[in-house]
Amino acid sequence: MSGAEILVRSLQEEGVEYVFGYPGGAVLEIYDAIFKQDQFKHVLVRHEQAAVHAADGYSRSSRKVGVALVTSGPGATNAVTGIATAYLDSIPMVVISGQVPTAAIGLDAFQEVDMVGITRPCVKHNILVKDVRDLASSIKKAFFIATTGRPGPVVVDIAKDVTQAKTTFAYPQTMSMRSYNPPSKGHPGQIKKAVNLLGEARRPVLYVGGGAVLANASEQVRELARMTGAPVVNTLMGLGAFPGDDRQNLGMLGMHGLYEANMATQNCDVLVAIGARFDDRVISVPQHFLSTPKKIIHIDIDPSSIAKRVKVDIPIVGNVRDVLDEMIGLMKQTGVMPPAEPLAAWWRQIEEWRRHDCLKFEWSDEVIKPQYVVQKLYEITKGDAFVTSDVGQHQMFAAQYYKFKKPRQWINSGGLGTMGFGLPSAMGVQLANPYDTVACITGEASIQMCIQELSTCKQYHIPLKIINLNNRYLGMVRQWQEFFYGNRYSESYMDALPDFVRLAEAYGHVGIRVEKPGDVEGALREAMSLKDRLVFLDFITDQKENVFPMVQNGKGLNQMDLPAHMRELQLGQASKERDYGHLC
Amino acid sequence: MRHILSILIENEAGALSRVVGLFSARGYNIDSLTVSTTEDATLSRMTIVTHGSDDVIEQITKQLNKLIEVVKVIDLNESDHVERELMLIKVRATGKDRDEMKRMSDIFRGRILDVTEKTYTIELTGESAKLDAFIGSVDRTLILETVRTGASGIGRGERILKV
Ligand SMILES: Cc1ncc(C[n+]2csc(CCOP(=O)(O)OP(=O)(O)O)c2C)c(N)n1
Repeated sequence: MSGAEILVRSLQEEGVEYVFGYPGGAVLEIYDAIFKQDQFKHVLVRHEQAAVHAADGYSRSSRKVGVALVTSGPGATNAVTGIATAYLDSIPMVVISGQVPTAAIGLDAFQEVDMVGITRPCVKHNILVKDVRDLASSIKKAFFIATTGRPGPVVVDIAKDVTQAKTTFAYPQTMSMRSYNPPSKGHPGQIKKAVNLLGEARRPVLYVGGGAVLANASEQVRELARMTGAPVVNTLMGLGAFPGDDRQNLGMLGMHGLYEANMATQNCDVLVAIGARFDDRVISVPQHFLSTPKKIIHIDIDPSSIAKRVKVDIPIVGNVRDVLDEMIGLMKQTGVMPPAEPLAAWWRQIEEWRRHDCLKFEWSDEVIKPQYVVQKLYEITKGDAFVTSDVGQHQMFAAQYYKFKKPRQWINSGGLGTMGFGLPSAMGVQLANPYDTVACITGEASIQMCIQELSTCKQYHIPLKIINLNNRYLGMVRQWQEFFYGNRYSESYMDALPDFVRLAEAYGHVGIRVEKPGDVEGALREAMSLKDRLVFLDFITDQKENVFPMVQNGKGLNQMDLPAHMRELQLGQASKERDYGHLC
Repeated sequence: MRHILSILIENEAGALSRVVGLFSARGYNIDSLTVSTTEDATLSRMTIVTHGSDDVIEQITKQLNKLIEVVKVIDLNESDHVERELMLIKVRATGKDRDEMKRMSDIFRGRILDVTEKTYTIELTGESAKLDAFIGSVDRTLILETVRTGASGIGRGERILKV
């Protein structure tokens, strides 16, 4: 069998359903082998970055491995942004790239680039295959590494002559590597300590991150929340791991987190971090975060994530789901639970914070508020849609105003913050979930970074709903320029925008422009009713709207810039004076 | 603080660059690095001398362990160990300096490997600090060339790093 056929068979063995890719000289053999089979489908994107984002969206929404295929040189370099995106969000993915023939490697051959070298800092692992006899085992290894432990992208770079060389096919059924032993179960002693600490908590908070989503630990998070009665806060990546409309959910925390979520996190006495890594966009600087005393329990599969930014009192290395199972089991067995009375007082405080309704925004009859569009989308889709986003203000509005019911429903580039992610990732989501509504919430700047994929959507009849919150600005950049650069809008204004409606139509889709607040609901309903068409909704929104609350760099979670209706609250002051001891 | 890390790693193409890349990408220091295969040809052993706070060393160790090819990492500082570094040093040896150089070499238990009318080439082994001391003890202007391997270290007694 040829190397190309071996590759195809290997992908079939792994149960691959979709390969997102783009052909070129170094992978023509592989494309020929793909042509001759019909077990998996190949989706031809219009740019390799999109192939990787599509594989990424497919993976995030389906729990399966995303697969992308690109050619050597320019194909490979185009894929790098997508790979780095998947790496920072720990997405299981296998990217196959073609390489020049072995004999040409290192000679600056046509379309040669050192793919293994270029991607080394942004992959979980990568492999260059120079011998056809190593091919099947390399693919097996790639899938094994991508999916186990802390997941991540693996690149397999295959020299062209390897795809042409022949050998017998034998796919390894199991894989074990002496140098790679991902942890699973947490340490029982640590788990016991964690349960005991939680049993003494007077102001507990469960802080849930993307790791809980990746580990499929949503059930366990719910159960722990129910049992302990503790409030839950989510990171941007953790949205949906705990139902967004649940009373116990305080919503997203961090730079653009909710007032109640940030205040509770800052003032809790026991914080249980569940697959969350104290990112700078979440806790800002550690000194501020730790300025109110709290004990921290940190559950994570990756030991290097623990105690990286903050000191942790009880570290537990293990699969989040397994560890939570053990904790819940032990709590049931021992009846250890946070005491009821202080917890009730804690909730009274939280409700007081919540009453300020930090997401309230000013309504206008004249101009569309971006928040309103997201709110309406949430209502009309009943919170059931998959939502992808790009990066900017619209991303934060999406995270704040769409209440995600389930994990894997919210798909965004949290780690790398990649503009251009929204549309191609939505394609992957839609292919993985053909009967669901998939909305891409984007901005007029972000959408233009991968807009060519409208063509792919046409070819494969991918009926996305694109929600363009068009403020004619690099909105998030403008917001920072207003806050930190004296309103000097250096290059944040988007001049010469295309007519998005006609653009969508040119690609064969439906385009709708919405300029009046009164038309928002109708347009959204119409788009949803066009089940088998891609609809590009161009909402002309308020140019000046900013994202609140906001924690400026270097400030504490309790020192937020608040929306106008809350500005009389003197936060830093209030939290210093207030002694939470009296509550408990 | 100075730390000496011992790493067992699969003897595969590119494994070394992964380790080095990790240090540069994450802003850690490498003071010295030695690497060679072991008695088991499928394994290499690296000794990395680095410095940093305990937290930084902990992160370095964890990050190294995350590399797929890394089999084991230990911090030799945690218990008794011996370490050695090899230096070859070429010095000017003429006139009265010639005897002086011979004497210094003897004191530091060096061996003169190569002799010309004007130079000695001396081999010295020991802990890095001893080699530094030698350099500090001879007249700087007489040193023509030095080459050092960086430290190799091994635990004392029963402490063994093996798969
Ligand atoms: C590829 C890339 N380039 C630059 C940035 C920096 N950046 C973050 S948000 C933003 C503006 C996004 O504007 P738009 O898509 O219109 O969204 P808005 O903030 O207006 O909602 C920019 C330039 C980025 N995140 N990604």
